[in-house]
Amino acid sequence: MSAPQLIASGQEGTLKDQIVGYFQRIKNGDMGALPAVVALLALAVLFTGLSPYFLTKLNVANLFVQAAELTVLACALVFVLLLAEIDLSAGVTAGVGMGLFIILNQKMGLPWPIAVLGALCVGLLVGSFIGFFVAKIGVPSFVVTLGLFLGFQGLQLIMLGDGGLYRVDIPEILALMNSNMPDWGGWLMVVVMVLVTLGLSLWDRARRSKAGLTSRPISLMIAKVIVIGGLSSILVAVLNENRSVSILPISGVPIVIPVVIAIIFIGTFVLDRTRFGRHLYAVGGNPEAARRSGIKVASIRISAFVICSTLAVVSGLLHVSRLGSVEASAGRSIVLSGVAAAVVGGVSLFGGRGKLIHAAIGALVIAIIDNGLGLIGLPAGINFLVTGGVLIAAATIDALSRKRSGGSLVRM
Amino acid sequence: MDVPLIELASVKKSFGPVEVLKGIDFKAYAGRVTALVGDNGAGKSTLIKGLSGVQPFDEGTVKFEGEDVHLTSPRQSSALGIEVVYQDLALCDNLDIVQNMFLGREETTMGTLNEAEMEFAATKALQSLSVRTVKSVRQKVSSLSGGQRQTVAIGRSVLRNAKMVILDEPTAALGVAQTEQVLNLVRRLADSGIAVIIISHNLADVFQVCDDIAVLYLGRMVASLKTSETNRDDVVGYITGTKSLEEVN
Repeated sequence: MSAPQLIASGQEGTLKDQIVGYFQRIKNGDMGALPAVVALLALAVLFTGLSPYFLTKLNVANLFVQAAELTVLACALVFVLLLAEIDLSAGVTAGVGMGLFIILNQKMGLPWPIAVLGALCVGLLVGSFIGFFVAKIGVPSFVVTLGLFLGFQGLQLIMLGDGGLYRVDIPEILALMNSNMPDWGGWLMVVVMVLVTLGLSLWDRARRSKAGLTSRPISLMIAKVIVIGGLSSILVAVLNENRSVSILPISGVPIVIPVVIAIIFIGTFVLDRTRFGRHLYAVGGNPEAARRSGIKVASIRISAFVICSTLAVVSGLLHVSRLGSVEASAGRSIVLSGVAAAVVGGVSLFGGRGKLIHAAIGALVIAIIDNGLGLIGLPAGINFLVTGGVLIAAATIDALSRKRSGGSLVRM
Repeated sequence: MDVPLIELASVKKSFGPVEVLKGIDFKAYAGRVTALVGDNGAGKSTLIKGLSGVQPFDEGTVKFEGEDVHLTSPRQSSALGIEVVYQDLALCDNLDIVQNMFLGREETTMGTLNEAEMEFAATKALQSLSVRTVKSVRQKVSSLSGGQRQTVAIGRSVLRNAKMVILDEPTAALGVAQTEQVLNLVRRLADSGIAVIIISHNLADVFQVCDDIAVLYLGRMVASLKTSETNRDDVVGYITGTKSLEEVN
């Protein structure tokens, strides 16, 4: 553009201006995942001091694997939390999906990929069911999903029998949580992550300069790529070393890590870069404004519940892979941890604010509390108390930062 | 003054037994600001809802750019170039200015949002209105003042290539300085060749910015005046019903 720009876009200026702008946004209450990242680091330092086992290679690997299920479930919940809705049945939906998986695979003898597909269809159906009642009939999602939460516990008992526990010994499924990639697999993961980040940034810059707009300083992009590449390289280097405490060596990046990263990446892409994602945020921010802009609010709501329930089944699959069995009570307790993870990470319960990466960081915080307190050997009761306290603290930060950023606490 | 952009003739609308619009004649011209005034219950909102296609008129003819049209849905009105900026503005607080201006009409390339193109077009639209009050087009709407929000909502209608913009009480909740800003914006909007219709209770605003004044009283159009040829007392008279009764008597 030849004419001087009267209105800025926030991308002008030097690296220093950008950094000043970032702190300005934090001061205005737009903190994103910052409190969770700080909490994560603080907890890591705390537990490293309290337990000699915390910062061992084996425990770091275990931590990521333990967090995987919760991360996927928290990401699933983000889609409905963004609409200021909730899905209390996400955990038991995963349980019912796994129940069907057992029935199809073990009782009917179908091959496991078909059983997995059947389980995912459970997510699809349950999500449509919840979405229909919430978006078309107008029943609060809290009530619909609470009903399903109770009902599905019964359905799980009927499907698998009282106290039923079914062993799953399909190597492909067990490998998901229990096997590691060869060394080159980890490095390939780092290369792909760096290339995708770089590619997307360059594409954005190209489009901006084509439209005659200024982009952020290129040093910022390089810094971002270096941080992503650097952190993932450190992780891969550590995980590629032998972390076994017995004779049998264990090394390599657990397979589940790239799987979870891929889920986060695809979900973030959909939320940030597609029309559907934009409309989801709009409906979460102001449903009436979205409706008047011609957005089909009901179908956005239904889609969000479908995505949530289906991703929940994926997290159920990770659960089965880790335990190597399906129990009739699967998924009862994890759902509240999932909501807690999302909120701790900075996803707003009031709708319209939050990203998948926030939920992932929140899940790591919850997992680190679980893992660290376990290592110190405190009783399980303390664990619940601490997790609950962290959740209330996070929700308080959410409410306060919302006040500060000028939004009202009342849903409009 | 040539052909009006929009011309209503004997338009009627009833809700059950209640006749709200009892045969309205109304004209608005491109490049002019027309005020629509009247007391509560006069039928202003019903008239606007008919124009926006939300609640179609029962009877009467509507000519847009000289052609007969039937406004039966918001989509159709929007396609003709009729945009309504409602009092509550309908903005999403959690989205930024560009995102709000393009809401529901996002530009995409290869299935992904083309933020650059949208940002450019939004900036251009705001600049065409000489907007200087917004710092960045990537500001969240939650951080904007009432006047700035009004600016974003009006900018959105410009972006949609509106030929006629209807503003519902644009200055109702604003302070003095912000009212001034919005009124300037309205003037520039009309100067760019758009027909602007303002619903307002504030006669000071009306006399400051409007070219024509149309007064509704209990479902009838009791007066269509040029601002330059009338005064406040007359308009108040028409609004309260004393003036027209006088004339009838």
